Amino acid sequence: MNIVVAIKHIPSIADELPVNGSNIDFDSVDFVLNEFDEQSIEQAVLVKEASGGTVTVVGVDLIGELDNVLHLALAKGADNAVKITADEPGADSHQQAGWLAEAIRGMSPDIVFTGVQASNDLDGQIGPMLAAYLDLPYIGGVSSVEVNGGTATVNKEFAGGVGAKYAVSLPVVVGVQAASKPPRYAPISKVRQIAQTAAIGKVAPSGDGAGAGLALKKMAPPVATGHAEMLTGSSKDVAAKIVELLKSKGLA
Amino acid sequence: MSNDVFVITEHMEGKFSDVSFEMVGKAKELASALGGQTVAVVLGGGVDAGVFASDAALQVEDPALVQFNPEACGKVVEALVREKSPRLVLFGWTATGMDLAAWLSARLGQPCVAYVKGISVDGGGLTVSSQVYGGKMIAEVAPQGGMAVLAVLAGSFPVEAGQGSTAASKVASPVPLDGLKIKFVEAVKPAAGDVDITAQAKLVSIGRGIGGKENVELAEELAEALGGTVSASRPVVDAGWLPRTRQVGKSGLKVKPKLYLMLGISGAPEHLEGMKSAELIIAINTDKKAPIFNVAHYGATADLFEVVEAMLELL
Repeated sequence: MNIVVAIKHIPSIADELPVNGSNIDFDSVDFVLNEFDEQSIEQAVLVKEASGGTVTVVGVDLIGELDNVLHLALAKGADNAVKITADEPGADSHQQAGWLAEAIRGMSPDIVFTGVQASNDLDGQIGPMLAAYLDLPYIGGVSSVEVNGGTATVNKEFAGGVGAKYAVSLPVVVGVQAASKPPRYAPISKVRQIAQTAAIGKVAPSGDGAGAGLALKKMAPPVATGHAEMLTGSSKDVAAKIVELLKSKGLA
Repeated sequence: MSNDVFVITEHMEGKFSDVSFEMVGKAKELASALGGQTVAVVLGGGVDAGVFASDAALQVEDPALVQFNPEACGKVVEALVREKSPRLVLFGWTATGMDLAAWLSARLGQPCVAYVKGISVDGGGLTVSSQVYGGKMIAEVAPQGGMAVLAVLAGSFPVEAGQGSTAASKVASPVPLDGLKIKFVEAVKPAAGDVDITAQAKLVSIGRGIGGKENVELAEELAEALGGTVSASRPVVDAGWLPRTRQVGKSGLKVKPKLYLMLGISGAPEHLEGMKSAELIIAINTDKKAPIFNVAHYGATADLFEVVEAMLELL
């Protein structure tokens, strides 16, 4: 079985997000793997382990640093890694999905995994777009996948533990909410070893790709309509203030 | 191309979700500014579709639409939109709408905005605000072209403005829905047996900041000292540190406790959807710019472990 995982390298939201003009200042932020892609890589490797096949991870190299992410994916059990050399830090989801579709079409996938969403999906997620460009069905919000012959059985989550089971004829694009098991840990020594030996495939994107058709006017932190009353002082002071507050409201 | 605003509503077990009404209410305002009509699109039967304040309601009935099926819904919506050419198509940024909005955008070659928090029309031009980067940033965009697909965050607009009694016209699917690749098999009910966090008066809720499974115990000690229970944001559950029955937020449960004490949760829009009506929200986070501080009643930028240990000594 030919299993493909399409990933997204995105600005980290753990730190400050400086703005340059009307967008994020991409030169001043760290890029990380979309957290849902960690789930989708895990789900792909779990499917391979249960049903056989190869896992190919492919992503758009926006800032020339995708190798680190691809090495980690290989250390976690992916077999092949491919980067699309776009060097376009601000590429939107439509552009990335277009380039990914180009690269993936030639791989003749049986199943394509993506993260269900990313925090910078201003113009929507790459999963459903990939499905549209590849003319495959899409199902997202998925929390488990089992493949038997030409059929995948997937669980889709709605909310509060309510979900539904679907049977899908392959090929299909799946948006993973959570893998059926928590993502495995790859020891740093293994990642380092792979970084020295792994061959990463390179694909050049053909042209700029069709963009999202959005004119970005402004990017700024939300204007707060309210703000928490901040409890200050040492950790002990903060603890004392919280306990006092809870006692005053009859909650402790 | 018309100036109509289509709202793709969503329903489950005979009941429409709040976001459906929220979108219809907003759509009325937009359609009036654009000089078009508001059309509530209802996919599937088994629900009274005459409950919206829209100008029209269109209920598409087909056996393939009885339960949510992203492939069937996508085909129907694409056919309707191609036929009627509305100016705007609104979806919820929900488990169902998220399967369809970006897909439709790519199929039609028309722009899409996700995580939508605000929409306004000014002199025929459209400005959409989107809450991206985990709620840390608001992007303002102007979709180019004649049509736009918008995926709206639940809770962005009032519910009441969308409630009404416009009779729905029932139609058959505009496209054949046989030979679908995706087939609904069965509904999955939530796992029973764990505590019901929606029934708890006090929740100590942990996020990624808790660091690891070995630290969950500390939060449990605090919850016990307060007479409450531990709940969590999605990353904690995805990492396997707590069962899914403890998850608060869009893909988890909606809670409204007397106390929601948050340890290391930044406050992404998906999480806020599940807890913003809590009576008292206290947030401890090391990031002073965490969006949660715009929502919490009380906050502290502090090391959660130190604070919790000090609280345990005092309780």
